[in-house]
Amino acid sequence: MSGLARRFTGFRAVLRREFHGYFASPLGYIFIVIFLIASGYLMVSRDFGRFLELREANLDALFSYLPWIFVVLVPAVAMRLWAEERRSGTVELLLTLPITLEGSYLGKFLAGWAFLAVSVFLTWPAVFQVARLGDPDWGAIFASYVATLLAAAVLLAIGLLFSALSKNQVVAFILAVAASVGFLLIGVPQTQEFVGKWFGGYVERVVSSLSLLDHFEALTRGLLQLNSLLFFVLFTVGWLVCGMLVLGQTKTN
Amino acid sequence: MTETDHPDSVPRAAAAEAETTPPEAPPPKADGPGEVLISVADLTKHYGSIRAVDGISFEVRRGDVLGFLGPNGAGKTTAMKMITGFLEPDRGSIAVAGIDVAADRLAVSRRIGYLPEDAPAYGEMTVEAFLRFIAEVRELEAAEEAIERVLETAHLRSVRGQTIETLSKGYKRRVGLAQALIHDPDVLILDEPTDGLDPNQKAVVQDLISSLSSDRCIVLSTHILDEAERVCNRAVILSEGRILVDSTPAALVARAPGHNAVRFRVVDGDPADVAETLSEADWCAGARVLPGGEVEAEPRDGENRLNDVLAAVGEHRVADVRVREGRLDELFRDVTRGVAA
Repeated sequence: MSGLARRFTGFRAVLRREFHGYFASPLGYIFIVIFLIASGYLMVSRDFGRFLELREANLDALFSYLPWIFVVLVPAVAMRLWAEERRSGTVELLLTLPITLEGSYLGKFLAGWAFLAVSVFLTWPAVFQVARLGDPDWGAIFASYVATLLAAAVLLAIGLLFSALSKNQVVAFILAVAASVGFLLIGVPQTQEFVGKWFGGYVERVVSSLSLLDHFEALTRGLLQLNSLLFFVLFTVGWLVCGMLVLGQTKTN
Repeated sequence: MTETDHPDSVPRAAAAEAETTPPEAPPPKADGPGEVLISVADLTKHYGSIRAVDGISFEVRRGDVLGFLGPNGAGKTTAMKMITGFLEPDRGSIAVAGIDVAADRLAVSRRIGYLPEDAPAYGEMTVEAFLRFIAEVRELEAAEEAIERVLETAHLRSVRGQTIETLSKGYKRRVGLAQALIHDPDVLILDEPTDGLDPNQKAVVQDLISSLSSDRCIVLSTHILDEAERVCNRAVILSEGRILVDSTPAALVARAPGHNAVRFRVVDGDPADVAETLSEADWCAGARVLPGGEVEAEPRDGENRLNDVLAAVGEHRVADVRVREGRLDELFRDVTRGVAA
C-alpha cells in the first residue's frame, strides 16, 4: 500500500491547486452557467425533454441529455489541464518537484471531476421541484446522479488524454470532442443496426456492450448493475493510464 | 580540474577518472564543506540522431558555484534536466547528495531546488499562493516561515499579493528563485537565471546567487561570460555535448587571447612605426594599430610586459597606457570553434 501511495505522491496539492484554479478565472463560472442553461433548456424543451408536458415526477428529462452536453463541456474543462502546463513550461517545474507523474495526473483528474460534480449538483432545484410536485423515485434520482458522475469521469479521462497530447488547448478540445462523440455514437441504435447488418449479431452484441449510452441508461433506471459500474470504472482507468503513458512521452517536447 | 590542450581527450579522461570513483561509493560525511553533492559520470543523451550530451563527467562539491558555459545547443539545459530527473539519460549515472537519480527521483527532488529555463510559474496565481503551493508539495512543516524567508531573500515582499503574470521579467525570475529556495536545498540548479533581464535586474539576481553560495552547491548555465566571472568559482565550457574546459574563471581569463595586452596612444610620431618596432621584439606575439589610432601589443606568454613595451617605444611619448585583461568571450569563441585553448 505504501508503494501505491508513493506512486501517487503529491496528488493532494495538485488537486487543491487545480480545483481552486477553476474558480480563479472566469472560465469556471462561465462553464457552470452554460451547463445549467443547456441542461435546463433541454429538460423543458418541447423538442427534447418535454418535462412540463410529461407531467411525471421523475428527472429522466434532465439526465438523459446530460451525456450529450458533457461531450462539449467536459473537454472544455479538461483542455487546460495539461496543454497549458506544457505550453508554459510549468510541467518541468511540476515534475521536478516531489510529485510523481501519476500523482499529478490523478490530482488533475480529481480536480476536474470535483468541479464537474459541483456543476452537476447545482441542478438541485430540479430535484427540489419534482419533490414538491409529486413523489419521485429517490433511488432512481440517486442512481442517476451516480451515472452522471461516472459518465463525466470517462469523458474527462478522454479529455485529459488529448490535453496531454497537444500543447494547444483548442486542438486538445476539438480532438477530445471528436473522440467523445465517437464514443457516444457507438451507443445510438443506428450504429448498432449498421454494425449488426454488416458484421453479424456477435459483433453487434460486443459493440452494444461498449455503449456508454446503454450503460448510462441502465444505471439511471435505478439499477446499479455491476457490469455497468465496471464499464465506467474500467474505461475511466483505461483512459487515465493511456493518458499517463502519453504524458510520459510528450512532457519533454 | 581536467584541462588539456586537445578538446577531444577531455571527455575520455574525465570518464576514466569517473570509473575509478563510482557514484555508488558511500558519500563522504554529510557535514563539513567540500562534500561531493553532485556526481555525474559518462552522462549521454540523444535526441533522435543528435547527441545533445556526449559522455560528460564531473563532480560538484558543497561551496562550489559551477557555471555551465557554452553556445546555444551545447547541451547545458539537457544536462541540467537530467540532473533534476526530468529527463532520463541514455547512458551514465547521476548521484545527488549520494542518491542515484534514476533509482529515487523523489528523494533527489527533495534535495534540489531547480529554476528551469525562463522560470516557468503559474501566471494566474499570486506570488504568495504560488509559494504556498510549492511549500505544500514539499510538505514543509514551517511553511509560513519558509515563505516569509524566501520573500525576504528574493526581495519579493512588495509584490507578494500580485499575480505572477503581471510581474516584470526580473520579478518573475526572482519568484522562480524563491520557489527553488523554499526548502533550503543543498543543491541549486539554475538554468540561465539572468537570461533576458536588463542590466539592473541581472545585477540583483547575480548578487542574490552570490549570497546563496556559501553552504550549498550551485550549478548555473549562462552564455554571459561576465556572469561566470562574477558569480562562479568554477567554469565548464560545453560544446556539442562535450566538456571542453573545466577550470576557474580566473584561469580562463589568463588563458584568453589578448590577456595582458598593452594598449596606448602615441602622442608624437607614427603609430604604425611604433607598432612595427614592437612586433619585432621576442616577447611580442604581435602589435597593431587599432581603428581608433591606439597601438596594442600582445605578449607571447600572457605575462604582463608593460616595462618591455615602455622600453621598446623609446623616444616616443605615449599616453593612456593600460594593460588589458583577457576576455572570456574571445577564449570562448576560440574554444568552441575547435581551436585548442
